[in-house]
Amino acid sequence: MSNRLTDLFAQSDRFKLSLFFTAGYPRLVDTERILTALEEGGVDFVEIGFPFSDPMADGPVIQNSSQQAIANGMALKVLFGQLKGIRDRIRIPLVLMGYLNPVLQFGMQQFIANCVTCGVDGLILPDLPVEVYVDQYKAQFEAAGLAFIPLITPQTSPERIRFLDTHGSGFIYLVSGPGTTGGDKCLEQEAAYFERVKAMPLRLPKVAGFGVRTKSDIELLRQYVDGAIIGSAFVRHLEAGWSNASVAHFVAALK
Amino acid sequence: MKRFKPDNKGYYGTYGGAFIPEMLLPNIATLQASYLEIINSESFRKEFRQLLKDYVGRPTPLFYSANLSKRYHTQVFLKREDLNHTGAHKINNTIGQILIAKHLNKQRIIAETGAGQHGVATATACALMGMECTVFMGAVDMKRQAHNVERMRMLGARVVPAESGSRTLKDATNEAIREWIRYPEDTHYIIGSVVGPHPYPDMVAIFQSVISDEIKLQVKAKCGKEHPDIVIACVGGGSNAIGAFYHFIDNGHTRLIAVEAAGMGLESGKTAASIAMGRKGVIHGNMTFLMQTEDGQITEPHSVSAGLDYPGIGPAHAYLWDTGKIEVVSITDEAALKAGLMLTRMDGIIPALESAHAIAYLEYLNAAPEDVVVVNLSGRGDKDLPAYQKYFQSCPID
Repeated sequence: MSNRLTDLFAQSDRFKLSLFFTAGYPRLVDTERILTALEEGGVDFVEIGFPFSDPMADGPVIQNSSQQAIANGMALKVLFGQLKGIRDRIRIPLVLMGYLNPVLQFGMQQFIANCVTCGVDGLILPDLPVEVYVDQYKAQFEAAGLAFIPLITPQTSPERIRFLDTHGSGFIYLVSGPGTTGGDKCLEQEAAYFERVKAMPLRLPKVAGFGVRTKSDIELLRQYVDGAIIGSAFVRHLEAGWSNASVAHFVAALK
Repeated sequence: MKRFKPDNKGYYGTYGGAFIPEMLLPNIATLQASYLEIINSESFRKEFRQLLKDYVGRPTPLFYSANLSKRYHTQVFLKREDLNHTGAHKINNTIGQILIAKHLNKQRIIAETGAGQHGVATATACALMGMECTVFMGAVDMKRQAHNVERMRMLGARVVPAESGSRTLKDATNEAIREWIRYPEDTHYIIGSVVGPHPYPDMVAIFQSVISDEIKLQVKAKCGKEHPDIVIACVGGGSNAIGAFYHFIDNGHTRLIAVEAAGMGLESGKTAASIAMGRKGVIHGNMTFLMQTEDGQITEPHSVSAGLDYPGIGPAHAYLWDTGKIEVVSITDEAALKAGLMLTRMDGIIPALESAHAIAYLEYLNAAPEDVVVVNLSGRGDKDLPAYQKYFQSCPID
């Protein structure tokens, strides 16, 4: 089954840039406007966070945006309402990221069905362990053509990376350095880790995120991986007040 | 008898498991693979037993309360966990886990705390073992349990306020998990209750099971009965309750009663009764009952007792309740405060507000005169004097 995300990485070797934002933040109705600004600004794909009250892998910036988004009324049913028909206007691949509990309360089957209807291409669910995914959901994800994007860290063993590469799809997400999102670890410190993963012949493309902020971070990552995701730094940009032009400027400054 | 435990993936029925991000996997996988082997090793058993005896002060007494027995027309015994070193059952677990951390060559300990009892017990174990200690505590709890914050600091721990969410136990737990994600290699996370990803619920239950181990021997010695007829314990995450129930689960005889915190009342919107008001979901790495919105956002709990102020409950309790092996009831803030005063005046024991919930349930129990009723007095109430005082100012003692 064709998947925009898989196609994106298959079509060219160009380094891919993705930005993350929290749905419902700064305002409930911003989702489509931000997507449009990002597509026009030239990002390769987008990661949309759906908020959770207790995001254990996230740092303060994304925690705050999640809390505000919930207060604004964001929920999965609202997000799917906003994304319905989005494929008439937005063409770049869309990845949803969030925690398991809201998905379970929405219902996994219904969640998958809504992703398909809205044209979502991949999912990052940090607290859904790959073992549980393989046991319970993999068949449904594959039937729906949805990518399940696994995370790895500097502590992940080579055997485990191969296991995740076998069962994941879309791309493999290199958490760049130990930490929650928005960390201030210097990426150079993780050069050995990037080097090690780069040397592994994996099935999936490699994309780095967590603590990626600047153009120089991107320049460094170009040597090792196929793409990068910037989250907290962009959420902070949105927080400060944004326009299509400011987003385009933000993206251009990274390239 | 077979020991009460989860399956090899950490499930009690459909509850439990390990819903963790990949960042925590190396630590959790190591613990899963080694905790039973460490706990069952001769050197561990010897050191753990010795410390519980000489340092913690175990066995704790089983006190026959003639006054409560008379009042409730049954035989009421109090399991005096309040007499443990540091004043609560929490230290049974922290001593066990710090020995685990030593076996795993960890140099640094982190913990979350609600009432501060687990934080104090962790800081104490760290002082004893020469480990660096950081305790996360909700900013709200730091205010209402200021006495325990000072104790932790005096013991050499760093106390970090959790400023997110409701700024109570749930948020302190989030912060501790984030810290563990940031520093996975040299750090062990001592979770204070039977919550979190597998193997924590089982590991903590094993360390707390010493409570029912002793109750069993003491009931036999005092009453000649093989088992108590009824055991009552308060439950937030549920560590003192699982400890008090452990050896009586499935014995076909003992009624096991877990008392949740109703807060201002079950229907008030200000409650911490997860079984009564919650639905199945995932929190802090395990599948259990939790209080949440229709959209799956975890709601802010309320209880006058900081130790019960948690929106979830240990997966073992969710399973035991679901399968009818325990009864789960609830007690309001006000009833707990009243029961705390009653016990203070009647027996000269100031109970922790957590434990006061268990005492309060005696009022509704209707036990037979010959029944042996054990109430787990999980902690002492010194830390709760401000809350007691505030209550008695508005409702003068008669």
